[in-house]
Amino acid sequence: MVEITIRKRPRSEAVVTQRKFFKKTAKGKVIKVLRERYLRDDIACGIKSCSTCSVSCTPVSNDISEAPSDAHSSFPDGHFLLPDTNVFLSQMDLLESPLFNPPILLLQTVVEEVRHRSLPLYNRLKALMTVDDKLIWLFYNEYHSQTAIVRNEDESPNDRNDRGKSFVALWLCFRFQLFFVGIRKAAAWYQEHIGLNRPPVRGKPQAKIPTVVLLTEDAANRQKSKQEGIVSLSVRNYVEGLRDPSQILDLLAAEKDEEIEPTRASGRQLHYPEYLPTSTVLAGIKAGQLHQGHFNANQYNYLEGSASVPTFDQHILLIGRENMNRATNGDVVAVEIFPESEWKAPADEVLDQDSTLKNDDVEGSGDEDEGEPDIVGEKESKALASEKRSTKRQPTGRVVGVIKRNWRPYVCHIDSSSLTSSNSTSLSVQTVFATPVSRLLPRIRLRTRQAPLLLGQKILVSIDRWEVTSRYPEGHFVRALGKVESKEAEQESLLLEFDVPYRPFGKAILDCLPKEGEQWVVPPKSDISPEWKQREDLRELNICSIDPPGCQDIDDALHARPLPNGNIEAGVHIADVSHFVYADTAMDHEAASRGTTVYLVDKRIDMLPALLGTNLCSLRPFVERLAFSAIWELSPDADIVNVRFTKSVIASKAAFTYEEAQVRKDDPNQNDDITASIRLLNSLAGKLKAKRMAAGALNLASPEVKIHLDSSESSDPIDVEQKEMRETNSLVEEFMLLANISVAGKIQETFPQTAVLRRHLPPPKTNFEKLQDILLKRKGLNLDVSTSGDLAASLDKCIDPTEPAFNTLVRIMATRCMLSAEYFSSGSVSKDTFGHYGLASPIYTHFTSPIRRYADVLAHRQLSAAIGYAPLHPSLHSKPHVERVLDVVNRRHRMAQMASRASVEFYVGLALKGREERAKASNSGEIIEEAFVIRTFRNGLGVFINSLGIEGLVTFKKDMQFDAENYNVVIQPSGVEPVTISVFDKVKVRLEVEKDKNTQRGRVKMTLASPLDSRNM
Amino acid sequence: MGSRIEILNEAGFRSDGRRQHELRDLNIDLSRHGEADGSALISHGLTQVLVSVHGPREAKMRSHTFHDRANINVEVTVASFSTGERRKRLRGDKRILEFAATIKATFEPVIRTSLYPRSQIDIYIQVLQQDGGTLQTCINGTTLALINAGIPMTDFVCAISGGVHSTSPMLDLTTLEENDIPHVTVAVMPKAKKVVLVTMETRLHVDRFEEILNLARDAGSILHREMKEAVLNRSISLVSTAGPAQLREKGEDDMNVDY
Repeated sequence: MVEITIRKRPRSEAVVTQRKFFKKTAKGKVIKVLRERYLRDDIACGIKSCSTCSVSCTPVSNDISEAPSDAHSSFPDGHFLLPDTNVFLSQMDLLESPLFNPPILLLQTVVEEVRHRSLPLYNRLKALMTVDDKLIWLFYNEYHSQTAIVRNEDESPNDRNDRGKSFVALWLCFRFQLFFVGIRKAAAWYQEHIGLNRPPVRGKPQAKIPTVVLLTEDAANRQKSKQEGIVSLSVRNYVEGLRDPSQILDLLAAEKDEEIEPTRASGRQLHYPEYLPTSTVLAGIKAGQLHQGHFNANQYNYLEGSASVPTFDQHILLIGRENMNRATNGDVVAVEIFPESEWKAPADEVLDQDSTLKNDDVEGSGDEDEGEPDIVGEKESKALASEKRSTKRQPTGRVVGVIKRNWRPYVCHIDSSSLTSSNSTSLSVQTVFATPVSRLLPRIRLRTRQAPLLLGQKILVSIDRWEVTSRYPEGHFVRALGKVESKEAEQESLLLEFDVPYRPFGKAILDCLPKEGEQWVVPPKSDISPEWKQREDLRELNICSIDPPGCQDIDDALHARPLPNGNIEAGVHIADVSHFVYADTAMDHEAASRGTTVYLVDKRIDMLPALLGTNLCSLRPFVERLAFSAIWELSPDADIVNVRFTKSVIASKAAFTYEEAQVRKDDPNQNDDITASIRLLNSLAGKLKAKRMAAGALNLASPEVKIHLDSSESSDPIDVEQKEMRETNSLVEEFMLLANISVAGKIQETFPQTAVLRRHLPPPKTNFEKLQDILLKRKGLNLDVSTSGDLAASLDKCIDPTEPAFNTLVRIMATRCMLSAEYFSSGSVSKDTFGHYGLASPIYTHFTSPIRRYADVLAHRQLSAAIGYAPLHPSLHSKPHVERVLDVVNRRHRMAQMASRASVEFYVGLALKGREERAKASNSGEIIEEAFVIRTFRNGLGVFINSLGIEGLVTFKKDMQFDAENYNVVIQPSGVEPVTISVFDKVKVRLEVEKDKNTQRGRVKMTLASPLDSRNM
Repeated sequence: MGSRIEILNEAGFRSDGRRQHELRDLNIDLSRHGEADGSALISHGLTQVLVSVHGPREAKMRSHTFHDRANINVEVTVASFSTGERRKRLRGDKRILEFAATIKATFEPVIRTSLYPRSQIDIYIQVLQQDGGTLQTCINGTTLALINAGIPMTDFVCAISGGVHSTSPMLDLTTLEENDIPHVTVAVMPKAKKVVLVTMETRLHVDRFEEILNLARDAGSILHREMKEAVLNRSISLVSTAGPAQLREKGEDDMNVDY
């Protein structure tokens, strides 16, 4: 029996133990809230060797002991750090660095404050607390009877006068006041507490008492604590006193203008308008004068961005630096719309930030007062003015406030031209530019001592702030990833850029695996073994799996056999991952946060530990495996007569590649059971597909290429080829779709509130307008987008008889106009939006790949509860929980797709380079590929190379005759007939890989080879 | 996600500094209130209830009497200032009527009504302050007020609320917790070891139910100890003020026989 007690709360102490505040609800009602808290004495201070706190009720994390006496010059007796909230808000990179590990006393107040201010930082802080080599003790100061404090009414007399105006503001202010006093009080308690525990012993020299150092960036707080006799330092002061500060100093976030002399500051030119106050912005949005939306940078033109806001169908154009006003890609911004007379069309020119801003001075951007003309500013305004815009106009506007920053660490290169001294031994502080790998981001200015060492490396940089006086954001160096173009650095930077968690699985997670490890087998069939409980024995069936070559994580297998009544039994067997991954275990949490397995060209980042993914769950041939089976009885016309789901034990009879299965099916000499089963499946799949198409499913296309690697060890790409589609691909696909749809129906019926489903919303018609216009003008083709069926039919008609690849191109472009599919919990959206547009199915989920997708694991759990196999974990009954998990999974899924695409792109680049070198060696000339024009600009062409699956840009040095209405450019080289090039034209491009001087990174440069040579243009 | 306050943090503290199985401060005042034959002012944490018992007395309306037992009449009023948001609750409010009916049903089998045929026992409950666990406070207060009024009962009735946050059970929930997690109120007769009331308005997973029910039963006996002590103290002070000090050192033995 657990111990149940009644906690006493003396009435006389009600001032400390009760809290009263006013809260304004969303509806504007003001509510008085009264809360109590119970103060206790059994909260441990967490310091090793502390005698008074030996009886503790706090679960033991690791006790910490003071820093050694030589760690910091000012504290020879050892010390503990007690950081304030602002330290976590601004210096998280420092705290995360493995170089920085003094013992830290973390206050509950601080943690809560961090949580209020920034959820991402709070999550980082939580992760930090679990890292093994960090010495962090979380002290619950608010619940400790000695450190809990009372809000003092006289502390904010001004605020009290304001009470009538805003109860909410008052409450926040009180909290703030409260907060600072609280932290100081805890610091004092700690100091006293340590002293008590080390009483001087006569005869011995007095014991050394370690110091508690309050670390805060707030000067006022420092001053107040000094008055109270608490040692307090700023982060910079503290770090400077450490033993080896130079490397750690780089990690510090850029400080607010403390060092800049006032004389210069006063003369600084403002590059940007100030943001409006938050309250004005929020009121403006509410009143409809301002609009809130996500800021999207334009990758072709760095001086232009757009924001998608709900009130307008079209994107709001933000032209020029002042109007983009320090927004970075992905920020949530508030936009003010200009009057209609100032609306403009998007620019049709390519503007590259690297070339335009080549000579900008790093230290400068504030030196204009010395008489130097603002070269950059002039150049930019010229670039903007010279743009001739077409007549189709879009709303324009300017950013007046940033509601939420989307800053994260960015992978960058140091711009070599911005270095003042490249002497590699120089350790002086330099200000340099870091250019992000992504074209959507501005350059970042940072100060570092290691600049010369970092040249030619990929580094991680965080943005700290972006002042109105600075053209560029300011950031700090986080860490180096390695040499540019080395595979490791490129791979890691790619994973970081797309936020893929790639750390190896921790011990707690590996502990969740079966103890037998590789030796685990399905136990012999018996009534008592838990594995066999309610499982069907399907070991005798002729089950086989069909996967791409080299596939290790086989999560699906199939079978089919005729039934005596003339119908056909078909079964899909999915690895029973939920048997190994229980809800609410370390492994489950990790899988949920990873969301999906990420496939890069030469690496796979697993969602589940490899033991499960490639062995225990993988439905390998000739071994018994646990499975979750969906078994249908289908009529010969592939209509479902009935379906059942069951946990089972199977033994796959063969693992084919698509090609092998195809050959086997087509070989008339093969007549064994497995081949018969494949043929039966194939005939059903054909009928299923025909039905799906008739219902209006889309046949979409995305550029898919395959990279041939030299050998698995060297992983040097040899060549690129397009993926082939075989009949057997479609066979597997049809049955997976069938399984997913059947399962979706079942779990939605059983759990109407929390079923994990997947949907694909129909795209807004406006998305297709441009494509429709181009198709009509260029090819005279009509694209009917009213329903998915109409779209499918009209896509089928988009054929150019002379050009078979044209249809694929149109499909790729149409796919880009659509929205992406997403997971959702069935209770959170209305039932008529469940549908899957692309598949033309009213309901859909993911069930068939639980090894590599977390949503499938959830679907498995729900299905197994739906068939009464196991009770559903309570967390899956909770709608908010399911929504939260699916949000993460959706994001990870998107990121994983982008990461794989980026990885393919990188390897295509490497392959091209290899090809170029070989071509040079054999003197056979240059690489020329056929390409389609997909966009036209005044000074360039966007092209798509089908054979390589990449897109590129051909630029001309001067403007050409450009007709935006008809999407064509007339190129007129001197002395030759003018040539017109339009969208959908087929051209030949010459590919060269050239090294970027700055970043040392290879990049593909394209020039036209036919119809005319554009090398000199 | 809903509220930004953690119901149960990693170190096992609830938002008010209690741990999972710790009950809130229990305060009982059994002194006389006005005309009532017995009354109790009880608070569980910040939830405070005043219960007055009148009777057994002659019923005002004959139609409300039974020939073989006393009729119990429960009336609940909720003070408009009892919650953060001022809200006027009329006596005819359906929720309050249901609430009163629940309390009546809880006490009917416990009070020995057959001793008072054709009479009526009125229980007036005033909810002064609410912070979760209103029902449990009302039931506990009613038990004490009935005892205070000297109405014979077969046993104490001790009520407690419990809930489950994910998989961890918790006792004695505050409003904050009640809003967020599934919860159940259980009333037990600690001596007879019987459960007289189980009620819940949220959905609780069936696997968790047994655990929470057992826990609430155990908590009931803890509450019983506390309530009994309050009754004893009250009796001692009454006896000491009432007259010649024939007071025995320990009156507890007698009490134990009765209850």
